[in-house]
Amino acid sequence: MARMKFLCDTERCIECNGCVTACKQENEVPWGVNRRRVVTMNDGVAGAEKSISVACMHCSDAPCMAVCPVDCFYHTPDGVVLHDKDLCIGCGYCFYACPFGAPQFPQSGVFGMRGKMDKCTFCAGGPEADRSEAEFAKYGRNRLAEGKLPVCAEMCSTKALLGGDGDVIADMFRERVVHRGKGAEVWGWATAYGPGNSATRAPATTK
Amino acid sequence: MTRFLLPLLIAASLALAACAQREQIADGPRSYQGKPDTHPWDNAPLSYGQGKWTKGDRASWEDEIKTRQWTQHEYKRIGG
Repeated sequence: MARMKFLCDTERCIECNGCVTACKQENEVPWGVNRRRVVTMNDGVAGAEKSISVACMHCSDAPCMAVCPVDCFYHTPDGVVLHDKDLCIGCGYCFYACPFGAPQFPQSGVFGMRGKMDKCTFCAGGPEADRSEAEFAKYGRNRLAEGKLPVCAEMCSTKALLGGDGDVIADMFRERVVHRGKGAEVWGWATAYGPGNSATRAPATTK
Repeated sequence: MTRFLLPLLIAASLALAACAQREQIADGPRSYQGKPDTHPWDNAPLSYGQGKWTKGDRASWEDEIKTRQWTQHEYKRIGG
């Protein structure tokens, strides 16, 4: 049984924001809403800078689902957390409950009134007829119903962001770590460009 | 033969007892109140796409997804 998950490899993410852009384009996400975003820690610190692409993590025991006063959330059999926008009242409880800040609210109207919640759907649409215009307008593209995976993961240029069945992702990531090593082994000139010729190597800079 | 096989089967069933995965669809006192949703495998593959699953067959759809997923694995994709 497939259980859909995302995994972002912080050793590979280069903060290009390609996943953010692809998500917005694929799902025609409204202005002011980011279903996915890239968070960077230790910005500018050589060797310590890490970026991670974050969206809804499709929790198995989702806190958004637990706090929703109108019970508009549901789990699909493959583990994706979706919600019904016709039922959502835009109260914002899910935003406070979510540890990842995944629920987003479009600011509409002259007074910036909070609209209905919008979040990553794992490119699985929502409770409308699959691949219909109504589904696209409310929830974005249903790529899973097309036999595809989330666009953010599929187009990631460094393959830092992996998406799909959790077991397959775990196998893939395990093999990657075994292949490349860990810790200091995965960062630096030699890892990026190979040992090469020391005469042609860029001089080391000291601060 | 049965003397060896029976303890082996009992040991195997005990060893694998915790490996089962329960369905984790929302249930209990709080439950979804909205519109019902359809499953992705209930759709036929796109006529112009590469999909090859059988409509309504979850296992074949999952195979399709897993096969596609391996294209995210660059060691396999470019044979490195």
